Amino acid sequence: MALIELRDLTYAYPITEIPALRNVNLDLEEGQFLAVIGSNGAGKSTLCYTLAGFVPHFFKGKLEGQVRVGGIDTQHAHLNDFVQKVGLVFQNPFNQISGSKFTVYEEIAFGLENRGVPRGEMKARIDRVMEMTGIQDLGERSPYALSGGQQQRVALASILVLQPSILVLDEPTSQLDPIGTREVFQVIKNMSQQGMTIIMAEHKTEWVAEFADRIVALADGEILMLGSPTDVLASPLLPERGVGVSRYTTAARQASSEDLWPSGRPLPVRLDEAIEGFREILP
Amino acid sequence: MKIVIEDLFFSYPGGVEALAGVSLKIEPGELVAIVGQNGAGKTTLVRHLNGLLQPSRGMVFVGDWDTRQHTVAQLASRVGYVFQNPDDQLFCRTVKDEVRFGPLNLKYPSERIEELVNKSLGLTGLIGKENTNPYDLSPTWRKMVALASILAMDTPVVILDEPTTGQDAASISRIADIVAELQRDGKSVVTITHDIDFCAENFKRLIVMGKGIVLLDGPMHQILAQDEILKSTYVDPPQLARLGRGLGLPGIVCNQDELFDQLRRSEAQ
Repeated sequence: MALIELRDLTYAYPITEIPALRNVNLDLEEGQFLAVIGSNGAGKSTLCYTLAGFVPHFFKGKLEGQVRVGGIDTQHAHLNDFVQKVGLVFQNPFNQISGSKFTVYEEIAFGLENRGVPRGEMKARIDRVMEMTGIQDLGERSPYALSGGQQQRVALASILVLQPSILVLDEPTSQLDPIGTREVFQVIKNMSQQGMTIIMAEHKTEWVAEFADRIVALADGEILMLGSPTDVLASPLLPERGVGVSRYTTAARQASSEDLWPSGRPLPVRLDEAIEGFREILP
Repeated sequence: MKIVIEDLFFSYPGGVEALAGVSLKIEPGELVAIVGQNGAGKTTLVRHLNGLLQPSRGMVFVGDWDTRQHTVAQLASRVGYVFQNPDDQLFCRTVKDEVRFGPLNLKYPSERIEELVNKSLGLTGLIGKENTNPYDLSPTWRKMVALASILAMDTPVVILDEPTTGQDAASISRIADIVAELQRDGKSVVTITHDIDFCAENFKRLIVMGKGIVLLDGPMHQILAQDEILKSTYVDPPQLARLGRGLGLPGIVCNQDELFDQLRRSEAQ
């Protein structure tokens, strides 16, 4: 049995008629890193909320089909039964930061305090995640007096410290510079290699191509494609449905229509693949 | 409208020195992108252009106005600032009210207001959403509302703070079209961004900041050729520049047209 199972999932937010997700079927094994891509409004955030139980427990609305997370049917279970398994990092760190703490350190301690984790263990765990997420120097700062990128790191740290077995992230690098983006992807990849299951909504497909094990592309609430990064990102379905792909893929697609890409060669999703392909046609 | 920044220093209360001597000029109609790591001073610098921040030392001129002698409200007629997070900016009940607020405040004649509002809604793809509450829209569309509300003020200088974050392919290409349109209208556009691909494809001049100073400033191709300094500031070259370099193509490839010119030329040889 897969760790996460979605069966014929259809969901509409309250007072809306068009479902945000339609007939979604998805299995995810423990330790996999799944990236969720799609244009705005495709259902990426809603899928994140559903896996974390916020749909339907917080957002209400109408959910059909089944969502099983670690064997628990989330719709019929109490949030307490699986909230310890799943951590959600929101798109906007403002929605995540508790607002009740004066320092970053206390903010990260908040979830552990609620769970009654012993003090010594708490300190060790907080120090470790602060180092992992590169915010060890921000401990005494106010969570609100930070840049957007720093807040995103704090939001990530405050969830990682809870050691969820499933980590759901909604565009966690949107406000980070390239080095910050790489660090966050690396931290998340390491977590996944240690057995944490990752679901990450992300627009930056060039990073996803490098780090994710599988990709699901959504369009208008439905699964457009599900598969390996290479299969999904090189598919012509993506640009047709407004899903951005890397410049490498776009350039090679154009090139193949002008006989500037080796015929029969799959389109590249990463830089090394693009260089290899174009080299063949250059003298 | 010309912008002149002279030896600008700025420290936040508490002593963090965010700008340590920045001098630069921006000519009317220039498209300028500013890049650099988080904490490099990019946002602090552009917040001086509309008076949100005042220099600790040095001077900032917008046209013939010294920003220290003018209020933020006055400067709003010259410099439009689109915030990174639209929620810092939006407060009206409908999209149309939001977009109308700026030009109304600048006391433009009502005919001109209608014209500007409609043009801005058109450019940002918001036609049909005029009567929606901005907070009923997705964050992506809210960002378009924030942009439209600044465009409607018809300022000679427009600042775009991280315009592409969280945006999908369609809306990034819409933003690129707007930048081009602003330039056609003779306006200067200054953007702060981590999206170096977007910069290379749509802006002509690149400024690289680090630790509160300007490290590099010049035409896009020339600056992107400065490998060593870019590397030291963790600015990754654009994807197509990396591809061009990997293929041993001469010069710096900034966009797809340039890549294809080079490919065709090499193939013809």
